[in-house]
Formats: sequence, structure tokens, C-alpha cells
Amino acid sequence: MAHKRPEPMQVVKQHRDAALHTLVSGVPYIRFLGIEFDRRGDELTAILHYNDKLIGNPILPALHGGVTAAFLEVTSIITLSWSFLWEDFESSAIDVTQLEADNLPRLPKTIDFTVDYLRSGLPRDAYACAMISRSGRRYASVRAEAWQDNRERLMAQATGHFVMPPREPKGG
Amino acid sequence: MDREAEVVDKTKIARQFIEAIPHARALGMALIEIGDGEAEIRMPYNEEIVGDPKTRVIHGGAVSALMDTCCGAAVMSHPEAPAGTATIDLRIDYMRAATPGEAIATKAVCYHITHAVAFVRATAYDEDSDCPVATATGAFTVERH
Repeated sequence: MAHKRPEPMQVVKQHRDAALHTLVSGVPYIRFLGIEFDRRGDELTAILHYNDKLIGNPILPALHGGVTAAFLEVTSIITLSWSFLWEDFESSAIDVTQLEADNLPRLPKTIDFTVDYLRSGLPRDAYACAMISRSGRRYASVRAEAWQDNRERLMAQATGHFVMPPREPKGG
Repeated sequence: MDREAEVVDKTKIARQFIEAIPHARALGMALIEIGDGEAEIRMPYNEEIVGDPKTRVIHGGAVSALMDTCCGAAVMSHPEAPAGTATIDLRIDYMRAATPGEAIATKAVCYHITHAVAFVRATAYDEDSDCPVATATGAFTVERH
């Protein structure tokens, strides 16, 4: 096969942003919570946009602990999915321009998820990052951190284990 | 007030309290039973909380929110009557996917309480009550008056 001329970087970037958008916007619960992802190369930061329906303690007020847990779990799942999608883009196993909502790879499934609540969540935007400690063929371990105004003052941290979705065998 | 009336009254207050939590309302949570360190809360199925668009299974995060609310309610209903509580940590084990279209009910038990900490266990079921969807264990703060 003749070698295809590489696409301009701007076009590649647009395709990758579109792929991330397809991955994230396909999950109704992510929309329900108001979570978006910011991408710097393969690195993702999740943003939880504040909304009154996220409150768990109206007197303080503070974000619901379940929202914090969900935010960290969403961040972990999307970061894991993105990491293996990214590998497939790099190796051209997946054509990034062909990625549509109905042919997205299956999402990893949570085995367990543990959240440490370090500070009460203030009624404002929150951010989160997930780090993949180990990603094997069948299982993955992920750590995640959430913060608000100050990256050094974490609102919560989490660790979780996931079953990886079966991956398509790579063709020739 | 006799004992029975008192229980009914406490349940009513707890129900109003839980159903007034904005996020619990957003997820449609309803208190089924509460008292003596135990609570049961139900959450209806809703397309908005789906986590996997291919299977229509609800997201684990929504189950976390239900577990957290139910555990907190169990702590608040403990006979030692904490003035308030907050989650220190919560671990959730997901045994299986919840059946799409079915409501999820969680039962939480505050099985030990100290001056500062409450220990809680919870189990979540869908309509197949023999086979749990998820279990949780957590530690909660005990705020004193």
C-alpha cells in the first residue's frame, strides 16, 4: 500500500478532540453531572461545572459526597478508555476520523472504588485527574485526585480497580 | 407521644430531611425506612443516569451517591443521635450490572459508633433481591452537639 501523506497537526488535533467529545458525550450520566474534559496531548483534566443540584448539604453548603465519588469514577473511566484509544490512534489500529457514538470501544467496568474525603466540596467548579497505576490486558488500577481552588489542597482522592473491555484483535 | 407515634414522626422528619437534599432530589431518592442506625432508600431508574450507552446500565457513580446518602442517613438515625455527619471514606464493590429499567434500593447499617467515628455497611439491590448489585463500607464523622 502506498504511504499516506501525514495530515497537518491541526487536523490531527481536531480529530482527537472530536474523538474525546464522542467518547464523553455518549454517556448520559456525564452530561447529567455537567462534567467536561480538557485535553493536553494524551493528558486529561476533568472539570465538574457547579450546579445547585450537586449539593448534598444545603446548610454548609457542600457538594454531595456521592457527586465527588461519581466525579472521580467518571474521570478514572474516561482516562482509562482514552489511554487505550490513544494507543490505538498512535498505532493506527483505530481510524480516529471513523469513530462514532455507535462504534466506540466498550468502557472498562468498575470492580471497586474507594474515596477518601479530605475537604468538604465547596459550591463551585471542581477539577480531577486520574493516573493509571497499572493497566494490564484484563485489569487496571487507577488513582484519582480532585481539587477546587488549589491543586495542592485536594478535596478528595480515590483508588479503583477495573475490568478492561475485550479488545479487538489487531489486524495485520 | 407513644413509641409508635414517635417512630412515625421521626421517619417523617428524616424523609423530609433526605428528600430536601438537592442531589438526592435530582436522583429521585425516596426514604423507605429509617431507625436505630438503619436506613433504606430507593432510587428509580432514569435514562439520565445511564453510564454505558450500549447496555443502558446506570453509572456506578449514581449508585455511589445512593450508597453515600443511605449510609449518612443510617448514621443520623443511630440511637446516639449525632448532630451531623460527613463521609470520611467510602468503598464500593460492584458485584454486577444493575438491570436496566429497574429501581435500586439500598439498605445501610451503622454497626458501630465511637465518640468520633461511625462505621457503616450497605448493600444495593435491584428487583432481584437475592443477588446484590453492590456493597459498600464506610467511615463517617460523628459531630457532637
